[in-house]
Parts: sequence; structure tokens; C-alpha cells
Amino acid sequence: MEKKLYTILIYSENVVGILNLVTAVFTRNQVNIESLNVSPSGIPNVHKYTVTVITDEAQAKKLVKQIERKVDVIKANFYVEDDIFVSEVALFKLSTSIVMSTPDISRLVRHSGAKVLEVNETYTTLQICVKPDAVTELYKKLAKYKCVLQYTRSGVVAITRDKVERVSEFLKEQENQQFDFLEEGINSEEC
Amino acid sequence: MMESLKAQGIKTIFGYPGGSIMPVYDALFDYTRGEKKAFDHILVRHEQGAIHAAQGFARVSGEVGTVIVTSGPGVANTLTGLADAMIDSTPVVVIAGQVGVGVLGTDAFQELDLMTVAQPICKWVYQIRRPEDIPWAVSKAYYLAKSGRPGPVVLDFPKNAQTSKCDYVPETVNFVRSYIPSPRPKQEKLQKAAELINNAKRPLALVGQGVELAGAHEELKTFLEKANIPAGRTMLGLSALASNHPLNMGMLGMHGNYAPNIKQQEADVVIAIGMRFSDRVTGNLATYLKQAKVIHLDIDHAEINKNVQTDVAIVADCKESLPMLTALINEADHSEWIESFKPLRDKEQEKVVNKALHPTEGPLLMGEVANAVAEATKGMGVTVTDVGQNQLFSTRYSKYNTPRSIITSGGLGTMGFGLPAAIGATFGEKNRPVFAFMGDGGLQMTIQELGTIMEYHCPVKMVLMNNNFLGNVRQWQNMFFQKRYAFTHMLNPNYEEICSAYKIPYLKVKDRKDLPAAVEKALKTDGPFFLETIIMEEDDVMPMTAPGASVNDMMLEKEAN
Ligand SMILES: Cc1ncc(C[n+]2csc(CCOP(=O)(O)OP(=O)(O)O)c2C)c(N)n1
Repeated sequence: MEKKLYTILIYSENVVGILNLVTAVFTRNQVNIESLNVSPSGIPNVHKYTVTVITDEAQAKKLVKQIERKVDVIKANFYVEDDIFVSEVALFKLSTSIVMSTPDISRLVRHSGAKVLEVNETYTTLQICVKPDAVTELYKKLAKYKCVLQYTRSGVVAITRDKVERVSEFLKEQENQQFDFLEEGINSEEC
Repeated sequence: MMESLKAQGIKTIFGYPGGSIMPVYDALFDYTRGEKKAFDHILVRHEQGAIHAAQGFARVSGEVGTVIVTSGPGVANTLTGLADAMIDSTPVVVIAGQVGVGVLGTDAFQELDLMTVAQPICKWVYQIRRPEDIPWAVSKAYYLAKSGRPGPVVLDFPKNAQTSKCDYVPETVNFVRSYIPSPRPKQEKLQKAAELINNAKRPLALVGQGVELAGAHEELKTFLEKANIPAGRTMLGLSALASNHPLNMGMLGMHGNYAPNIKQQEADVVIAIGMRFSDRVTGNLATYLKQAKVIHLDIDHAEINKNVQTDVAIVADCKESLPMLTALINEADHSEWIESFKPLRDKEQEKVVNKALHPTEGPLLMGEVANAVAEATKGMGVTVTDVGQNQLFSTRYSKYNTPRSIITSGGLGTMGFGLPAAIGATFGEKNRPVFAFMGDGGLQMTIQELGTIMEYHCPVKMVLMNNNFLGNVRQWQNMFFQKRYAFTHMLNPNYEEICSAYKIPYLKVKDRKDLPAAVEKALKTDGPFFLETIIMEEDDVMPMTAPGASVNDMMLEKEAN
């Protein structure tokens, strides 16, 4: 099967130790994580993980099922490029003296859409927020001028193009079920 | 903690004390005697013994097994059992002491980073840092251990939470929003499955432990009988369908029965029920069930398409999905297809079974011993096994005419499992005899539990199949490593003297004519009994699908080296 970049979005409860649980699934399946971002989601007490991996569809399906099976994981889904909006933030620290003496660098920075955060006599810091490939490209170009002192990226973040919000829907459904459950009692046929 | 456990209806606890669980043990002192008595606490001789006993208890009773141990080395000794319980879906809860929250991360005495170590081999791990969280955490632990696909849960219990005080406020957890224990079967999938079954000419069911865990024995029978579908069972599913049921075609797997192994490759529709297509069942996946439409009923979504691609998946508790499916299928007659298993069964009978059960000369064989027990118990006993040839022979030749009768370490293959698991089983099942079949290797891995048997007079009928070899490994050396017996021969101690030290009645059988009477004696003796059988040293378990080979190539006899 064809290998390509998959973006896996995971939502979990905000409890200690989940990151270990999630990454262990990748380790066990011998899949390398290309990038990983964890942050609070828009839903209270729910954390969101964005993981990118290069793999095939069968493996992506297996990973998602094994992650979702963990008790404190709420939902896990995988996406390919067309299903999502992706973006990545990168910070660059450049040598001011090289930047000053090389007009091509200034031109490059301007065209890239990067924002200059701070300039002093030693360094110049830039921030860029683009697609992951564009970050790599900018880095490669800047590196040629040997002006990069530090470079760091946030890891890919993504939101889906879905028309429904699967996680909120899921949680709503679950809460409703709990309500039924409590009303009808444990022996109910419906449970 | 005591009140929370009591609220769960726990009666039996297997455990071993130590520094960081002493406050719990101090409370246990009151809750195991006098007015407050709520529990029996069984003091094992090693924490591995505690977890396997809890597993045996859970497997035979369908309840959750409970273990209490100390931190560090105490709980580390349960890890093998936790991994075993995870892969074999056994509900157990381990409550482990931990150093106080204030010193976590300082390499305090007997501190172990239990969360990190246990997480990959447990269904759920939680650290109870405050006493207020105990009722909630305990209830959630038991709920998770037994609901959905069962599994082991660990509660890491730092000492400060054991000693600080708070009022007991009972709490019941029977809902976790991120967790769906058993999804509802989808009607359209049931329809599709029924359609496949209704059009099948050669349907075959592959029955696993899921049926037993769901308590869906009757539902399975009704389903099979309605459409006259023959069934093979996995090793862990052996008592999900009675041995004497006419639709039972035998055991699947590497050393299972010949007919179901071979005939599954002719089936046009395969219905896998509560089984996980383990490599020991499928052999080489590239040639497995390629001709068949596969319907997979399982409670765990992650099992679907994991090893075998399915045509229809019904993710649900089979106690719920089976009757729904039964309602949709037509009555049918597949007697011709079922009859076609017979020549293969006869062939196995002639080439393997007769030789294994009714030899006329030479040393005693493991098959004869298992068969003698099956005859004496009429298939109503509980078969507990260790791992190795003793396991393969005793699972093959035991009879399972009542549910929850097979307790064996399937997925992990844990030597040392048998003796403690059998101890646990005697606490979970008081009415049926519990037999533990063990090899001389595996017995010695947890032999210290003879002490537990002595102290509690556990009625374990121990059957040692002594071949002076790590027999299963020797068999592979014989078949695949040019008979180079690297470190598989073993010098054995005098088991009679060991039993005498533990005051356990002992009998040795060397001659096959003495076997039935010896088994009778074991059965009639009140309490434990140790039967040592002196087994042929270099016998091999047959039939066999060689590792990595196709099930089509299952061997009835060893190929000449
Ligand atoms: C804890 C553990 N260590 C090693 C093994 C590998 N192993 C599988 S079967 C076997 C031999 C078992 O010998 P014995 O207990 O004497 O039983 P027999 O096969 O002779 O019946 C070994 C070493 C294992 N399954 N478990």
C-alpha cells in the first residue's frame, strides 16, 4: 500500500499519563512520529493531539483504533491532505550582521510572509505561520546563507474540513446515553 | 478503601504485605475477622502467585479478581500476570502501595514508576493521590476491569492517601464518557451477515473466549443449531461450546484438531465470534481463509481487520448480537458439509489420538493422563494448565461439558501460571474439581505456592507431567534445530519429599495400569493432592502446524528430519 503523510487527530481527557499511552501505540507499531503537538482543545478538560506520520492507510486505521481503545481517549481519527487545514509556526533566529550584509536575505524574508519580531545588533528573530512544507523550504534557503543561529517549529496543527464536529457530537451522544442509563436503570434492555 | 472494596461485593483478596501498603493491611486486620469481617485474604508466597490466583479466580467465576501488594518489588512481581491478563482479557484489579506523593520522583525506598511501567500492559492505571478519590477510583477500576472487553486495572496508591483521613462517601461509576464498553450492533451489518450466512453452503463458526466472557453459551448454541453451523473453538474458547455438542468440530490452532484446521480453508462463510485471529490460530496469514467471506463478531473495535480482513464486522457484545443475528438467519441443513469433517477426524484419530491415548507399551504419555482425568470427571472438572506440552496435551484431551472450564495462559504463554491460577480457581468454584496440569519446568517457576495450598488447604488436584525436559522447547529443537538439545534437559528434585514437607498427599504413577485408580484417589481425597506422572521423555505434541506455515500444511505426523 502507498505510504503518505497522515495527520491523526486525537482528543483525550485531561489526565496525567495520556501522552505516554498515545505515543506507545506508535512505538509498538514501529511508526515514526514526524511531528506532535498537544494543546487544550476548545472543549473544557479535553486535550487535542495532532500527530503526523508517514504510513499507509491500513496502518493508519490500525493506529487510530488502538489509540481510541484507550479508556481516557475520547476520539481518534486520521486525515489526508485534502480533509484538513494545516499550519505550522516556526521561529528563526538569524545573525544580524549576515542579514545586513546580504540583501537577498531581506528579500527572501519579505516574500516568505515572515514577521520580524525583534532586531538587535546580534540577532534578528522571525516568525512564520504557513504550511509545513513552506517552513522547510524557507529554512533550506536561509541555511544556504549560513545565517541561521536557531530554528524551531511548533509541529503541525490541523483542523478538519468536516461539516460536523465529531468530538462534540460524540460527547453529546455519550452524555445523553448516560442520562438514559441513569433514568432507566442498569437492567434496562437499552443499555 | 475497605468500604469501597466491600461496596464492590469483593469477598476474596489475594495479597502480600510490605512497607508502603501497611496501612491497608492494618485495616484488613479488622475487615477479615470479627464483626467487621468482609473479606478472606489469601496470603500467597510470591506476588506473581497473587496475580495468577486472581486470574484463575476471575476466569472460573466471571468475577473480578482482586490483588493487594506493596510498592516497588511487590507490584513488579505482578507485571507478568498483568501482561497475561491483558492479552487474555481477564478482569483483575491490583491495588499497589506507593511511596507518598511528597517523595515521588526522588528514588525513595521501594519507589517504582508504576504508571509508566504498567500502562502498556493494562486496561487502565490510576494513581490515587487523595483519600477523597478512593471510592470513585475503586468503583471505576472495577467497572473498567469487567465491562466491555475485560482486562487488568492497576490502582497505584501512595502512602499519604492511605493514612490521611476523610469521610467515606460511597460513589458508583458505571459511565465513563470517553469509553464505550459495548457498542450496539448495527442493524444493516446484521442484515448483511445474515444474508451471507443464509446463502452459505459451507459455513463454519470460529468460537473464542469472547463467548465465555459474555456468558453467551446458550445464545451461541441457539445460533449454531438454527442454521446447523459446525464450529471450531480456540484454546481459550474450549468451554464456550461443550465438547459433546454435535456441532463441535474440535480445537483450532497450531496443535488443535486436524479437521477444523483443514476444513476452515474450504468454508465459504466463516463466522468468527469473540476471537482475535491469533497467529497460533491463523498460521501464515497470506494463505488463511482466502476463499471465505469473513464475518467477525467482537466487542473490541480494534480487533476488526487487525490480522484478517473481514467482509462484515459486528462490533458488540455477542450476548446481544448473537440473538439478533439468530433472528435473521434461516433454518438450514448442512449435514453433508458437517459429514465431510469426519474422514479428517478419523484420520487424526488413527494417526494421532489412538496412539496418544491408548498406547500398549512404552512409558506413560501426557495424553493418557489428561484423558484419564477427563474420564474420571466426565468432563465436568476445571482444567487449569501451565505452559508447554502439558498444556497442549491437556487442552486437547480434556473434556469441557460445562462453561468456564478452561484456565490457561493463551496469549502470553506464561510458565508458572498453572499452580497459582488453580489455587485461585478453587476459591472461585467450590463445587467442581480443579485440576492443574503442569510440566516439571513450569511447576518449579511458582512451586513456592505449595505453601499457600498447605496453609489454606486449597483442593487443587495437581498433576505433574514429569518428562525431565522443558518438553515443548525440546520438541522444537527436535523438529527445527537438528535435535540440538541446548539446555532443555533438567535434573528434577524429589517431589515426594517436597510434598511431604508441605504435608500434601502425594502419589507417583509410572505404570499406565495404575493411572485410573490414582486419579480416583486424587478426586476422593479431601483437599489438595499431588499426582506425579512419569512421562515419556521425548514425546512430541501432534498434530502441528509449523511456525509460519500455512494451516493447510498441518502435520499429523512428524516429517522425517
Ligand atoms: C516464563 C516462561 N519462560 C520461558 C518460556 C518458554 N517455554 C515455553 S514451553 C517451555 C518448556 C516447558 O517445560 P515444562 O514446564 O517442563 O513443560 P513440558 O513442555 O515439558 O510439558 C519453555 C521453556 C515460557 N513460555 N514462559
